[in-house]
Amino acid sequence: MAEMTYRDALNMALKEEMRRDPSVVVWGEDVALYEGSFKVTRGLLAEFGEGRVKDTPISENTIVGVAVGSALGGLRPAVELMTVNFALLAMDQIINHMAKIRSMFGGQATLPIVVRAPGGGGSQLGAQHSQSLEAFFMHCPGIYVAVPSTPSDAKGLLKSAIRDNNPVMFLEHELLYNSKGEVPEDEDFTVPLGKAHIMREGKDVTIIAYSRMSILALAAAAELEKEGISCEVVDLRTLTPLDTATFTASVKKTGRAVVVSECWRTCGVGAEITSLLYENCFDSLLAPVQRVSGLDVPMPYSRKIEKLCIPQVEDAVKAVKEVLSQKY
Amino acid sequence: MESRLRAALPDYDLMKLYEQMVLCREFEESCAEQYTKGHITGFLHLYSGQEAVAVGATAGLHKDDYVVSAYREHPQALVRGADPKRVMAELFGKSTGMCKGKGGSMHLFDPDIAFMGGYAIVGGQFPIAVGLAFASKYRGEGRIAACFFGDGAVNQGNFHEGLNWARLWELPVLFLCENNFYGIGTGVHRASALPDIHRRTCGYDVPSEKVDGMDVMAVYLAVKRAAEWVREHSRPYLIEVITYRFRGHSMADPGKYRSAAEVELWKARDPIPAFGKRLVEEGVVSRDDLDCLQAKARTVVKEAVIFAEESPWPDDGEVWKDIYAGGEEVCPWQK
Ligand SMILES: Cc1ncc(C[n+]2csc(CCOP(=O)(O)OP(=O)(O)O)c2C)c(N)n1
Ligand SMILES: [Mg+2]
Repeated sequence: MAEMTYRDALNMALKEEMRRDPSVVVWGEDVALYEGSFKVTRGLLAEFGEGRVKDTPISENTIVGVAVGSALGGLRPAVELMTVNFALLAMDQIINHMAKIRSMFGGQATLPIVVRAPGGGGSQLGAQHSQSLEAFFMHCPGIYVAVPSTPSDAKGLLKSAIRDNNPVMFLEHELLYNSKGEVPEDEDFTVPLGKAHIMREGKDVTIIAYSRMSILALAAAAELEKEGISCEVVDLRTLTPLDTATFTASVKKTGRAVVVSECWRTCGVGAEITSLLYENCFDSLLAPVQRVSGLDVPMPYSRKIEKLCIPQVEDAVKAVKEVLSQKY
Repeated sequence: MESRLRAALPDYDLMKLYEQMVLCREFEESCAEQYTKGHITGFLHLYSGQEAVAVGATAGLHKDDYVVSAYREHPQALVRGADPKRVMAELFGKSTGMCKGKGGSMHLFDPDIAFMGGYAIVGGQFPIAVGLAFASKYRGEGRIAACFFGDGAVNQGNFHEGLNWARLWELPVLFLCENNFYGIGTGVHRASALPDIHRRTCGYDVPSEKVDGMDVMAVYLAVKRAAEWVREHSRPYLIEVITYRFRGHSMADPGKYRSAAEVELWKARDPIPAFGKRLVEEGVVSRDDLDCLQAKARTVVKEAVIFAEESPWPDDGEVWKDIYAGGEEVCPWQK
């Protein structure tokens, strides 16, 4: 174990997997010489050279499409989109190609691709650079969606994603890059895709979250503990595959649920989790499920009002109190 | 008279070119019939008229070179060596189809013949071809990626991104534009600021040329030369092949945007009889030989239709299969 940042944990995962398997290749805008906009690819060019670590033109759809083609040709590309906002320019290759090819060709093709993309709001980057688009990808069958919240998960999930034979949208949170945690240095350490993590056990209410919202949920739980409220925090880790079994079991135990997600509320991840709870735990629910989410607005710039649009610890605390105060 | 054809290829190969073009035509015309009967459904885009392109180009490639294409791609797969039975069964939506009936007419794929897919998003195949070429170069395989596309596709950003990228990374991609003058009902002059498509590569320092796509030998020789250049230099190249589709864009297209006279003009240049005539004139084959090849192709297609008709539909359970790799037959988290 070593303490390191989420950024360095991702970097470590990339390096370990590139050393382990020469078919792993990396490309994206500014990933080689500049070492990445968020420095996740630091040192890669120096260690692995120009043949494997490549700067690309600003052509997002082609970044993903070339990954699709080279995966069909036997490689395991782990490419970077500078931010998830630009993934919208690559939606054709992501949704119409990467997610479809295996199925529409009758299972004859395998696409071991990772598309890494930083995202999320909170840095006053304005409406076009602050989005949380995970629901877009979760909506579409044929791709996996990973949303790590801790440095350890960042490393373990990225290693699993690179080794997996399915395409994975790997969504990193920009505000987590500097967060620190203990990370196993073992090269064989991985975190399986599709297994949620009970970050904290509790008995009164289950908070279901992912990515940065899991860290926020832990902070809310710590605060609520002072008032004698015991929260269980379930970190989803991946949205596809979705570990419905783990979070429904938790809610069956506590009888109450709060779902926290940074994405927009309408048709958001929280909406999906909430309906799964009603479908699977209806008889166990003691109160209506509470949803905490980003506001349904294009993100404003000003710090003072941007904050209103992104879930805060107080929002989660309030939702927990609400769910405890209500009953069916 | 000295045979120019024989100077280029042995008799067997010359006959093969003719045989393949005839097979493509027979296959496509049979598809039209099966569509009218309701056996083939969905979108059906036929290739009749353009045979010299698929046949000539494929003859100029190596067997293991990658090929990607669009939705008008049955002949490109057939010429590559796809089993007509499995292609027809795919069009019928049967479980014995090339893609188990999950792809249909627009989505043929067979890695065994390096046919890496028909794609129905116009221009979606460009980056995929570039990626295949990268994989080949990275692994030192010496294969090139041949990318078929239409005149309509060159106005997609993907075309320009792909040309730039392939030149920048020095990748062996052979871009093969089938200029049949229309993207559905929009003429190339109404869609391209510079309708001389091969000239559009100059912004990317990619060499290019134009070739007569109604002449199978011309296509073959141009593609062979270009493919060798691409392989040797590990650089992209583009060929604009001038051709014409005899039928509508798809079976749903009545074709009101072009005159009967125009279609007749091009039909007079039908690449199949034109090549047959040359073969006979230059003494490579007799008329009887040609008739024999025609009859053979007709039989192959007839057998393909029977095979498709008699094949079983996919099991209902197939809807959950082949979506994710890794052994799970279904999406386990949804069950
Ligand atoms: C991205 C996209 N836009 C529009 C369409 C609808 N569409 C299908 S084929 C076609 C025309 C393409 O023309 P061209 O590239 O010349 O190919 P051709 O049909 O002539 O072989 C269009 C517009 C599509 N399939 N994909
Ligand atoms: Mg066209």
